[in-house]
Amino acid sequence: MNIVVCVKYVPDAQSDRTFNDSDKTTDRESVDGLLSELDEYAVEEALKLVEAGEGEVTVVTVGPDQAADAVKKALQMGADKAVHISDEAIHGSDAPATSLVLAEAIKKIGSPDLVLCGLASTDGTMSVVPAMLAERLGLPQVTQASELSVEGDAVKIRRDGDVASETIEASLPCLVSVTDQINEPRYPSFKGIMAAKKKPVETWTLADLGVDAGQVGLDNSWTKVLEFTKRPPREQGEIVKDEGDGGSKLAEFLASRKFI
Amino acid sequence: MSTAGPLPPFDRNDPIGIDDVLSAEEKAIRGAVRNLCETKVQPHIADWFESGVIDDPRALMKEFGGLGLLGMHLEGYGCAGMSAVDYGLACLELEACDSGIRSMVSVQGSLAMFAIWRWGTEEQKQEWLPGMAAGDRIGCFGLTEPDHGSDPGSMRTRAKKDGTDWVLNGRKMWITNGTIADVAVVWAQTDEGIRGFVVPTDTPGFSAPEIKHKMSLRASVTSELVLDDVRLPEEAAFPEVRGLKGPLSCLNEARYGIVWGAMGAARSSFDAALQYTMEREQFGKPIAGFQLTQKKLADMSLELIKGELLALHIGRRKDNGTCRPEHVSYGKLNNVREAIEICRTARTMLGANGISLEFPVIRHANNLESVLTYEGTVEMHTLVVGQALTGEAAFR
Repeated sequence: MNIVVCVKYVPDAQSDRTFNDSDKTTDRESVDGLLSELDEYAVEEALKLVEAGEGEVTVVTVGPDQAADAVKKALQMGADKAVHISDEAIHGSDAPATSLVLAEAIKKIGSPDLVLCGLASTDGTMSVVPAMLAERLGLPQVTQASELSVEGDAVKIRRDGDVASETIEASLPCLVSVTDQINEPRYPSFKGIMAAKKKPVETWTLADLGVDAGQVGLDNSWTKVLEFTKRPPREQGEIVKDEGDGGSKLAEFLASRKFI
Repeated sequence: MSTAGPLPPFDRNDPIGIDDVLSAEEKAIRGAVRNLCETKVQPHIADWFESGVIDDPRALMKEFGGLGLLGMHLEGYGCAGMSAVDYGLACLELEACDSGIRSMVSVQGSLAMFAIWRWGTEEQKQEWLPGMAAGDRIGCFGLTEPDHGSDPGSMRTRAKKDGTDWVLNGRKMWITNGTIADVAVVWAQTDEGIRGFVVPTDTPGFSAPEIKHKMSLRASVTSELVLDDVRLPEEAAFPEVRGLKGPLSCLNEARYGIVWGAMGAARSSFDAALQYTMEREQFGKPIAGFQLTQKKLADMSLELIKGELLALHIGRRKDNGTCRPEHVSYGKLNNVREAIEICRTARTMLGANGISLEFPVIRHANNLESVLTYEGTVEMHTLVVGQALTGEAAFR
């Protein structure tokens, strides 16, 4: 089974992330970047599927030069090859534009049996690219999988909701996005780190994909960040005095936040 | 002078930017070891130290083997074949966790595995190295004796020929991993000088009682090796090497790891002191805001940087084949001495909290008391440097 995993290079969430003052896009310069942690689950799931059978895992990313680090991490984990789409014109692209570039890249890679995505990126956290990508590729989409199995030419996933878990089936080829409950991503071993040095990474531009620069980038995106403000300091928590009803008030609070 | 763009921000974790001279792979290897330590060791280490027992050392060794840590700088036989700098970075991260844990890995890879890899027969290598690299089999290294430390040439453990067999008698002391080992590399006097033997620990006459009542390296198995008419076939001996060159070549490998490792213990203590003094308030402000505290922090940071640069420089020389044993002595002498000073200073900055196992500093300081004298005491390394500088040997 050949699997394509879409991954994103994001600013490290441990650092103080911010936006560029000039064009209000994500600041990717002043903060170290890394492979989005939520995408590691998709890479891990792909590796497990291929290791249990046969086939190849290709990771694909859209991003600036430094995004090569994200694909490198996936290669160190065990992916076979990588494609990095890098083009100045992509800067500032929103989800629809990004999904267009990813779709064209996946078509050029070939026809994978399965496209895997993470739940969301840890910077944009929109969670919409998987659905858009499936639509552009004309693939069935089964999203937010907490469990994934492949039997014959069908995939079966479990999707956990607030009150129920659904089991959903789709036929291959298809697109699946996975949650952080699905597995425990491996850390690259020394052998993986060394082997990754020799794995092929192709770098493509928009021209390689036949995508017109007028379809992507900040100026051609449907959505734009107009302004941003620093998050206000955290407000003081609510103190509930126990006047005999402390227990039920606590239960009400937890229920209102859907903790219980 | 070029002025290209704004200056990078000051990074408290890498004040002068030593990371600039590490490759992406080197940083990835460091990250992999750090991650393993954070998940498998860090949550338990204070308890292991306090109880003097590592919960499941075999399982831990398997974790280390799975990552590729064991004998990582050796080629072939299931070893990862990494560089000396890679190995050093790994030692630093392990010892930032605990010197005992770094010792466990050092002894397995740099002493037991290196000895077999460097001096063993092809059969010995095939028999032991792949399992040891995977962490399935544990090794120890017996050189030091109850009465013979800095002067190993006077050792009393003896191997005598009996027909084609060898019969070993004697005692070894302060042997890391001894009690849990599957194989012991034992050095003994023979009629042809000192020779090395690969001793399976289930050989009759071999026992390895654990040494208790330690106040240092408590999260580490330390043992005595008792050899009581241990009968071995001729093939158990290392075929060629004679004299102290055999064991000393191995010690030089392990000492190299200590040059880096000690800086890990120091870094961990420095980090704890920095964080603590920035949070702890006395007389209405964080104690990090007082000049005496800042002097301590600045001095600690300087020595940490100098030690790391020294380790890196010696590592690069080791990788290009120009590292002499004296270089390792310079590194071990300086870095352990400065590391223990950093840990002791950190301990003062935490006040009473400095003696609690809730913080790593007293554990590191106590551990380094062992590191200060094992694998060559301060005095011995001082004499090595003295001899290198003057041409005069002052050992005896």
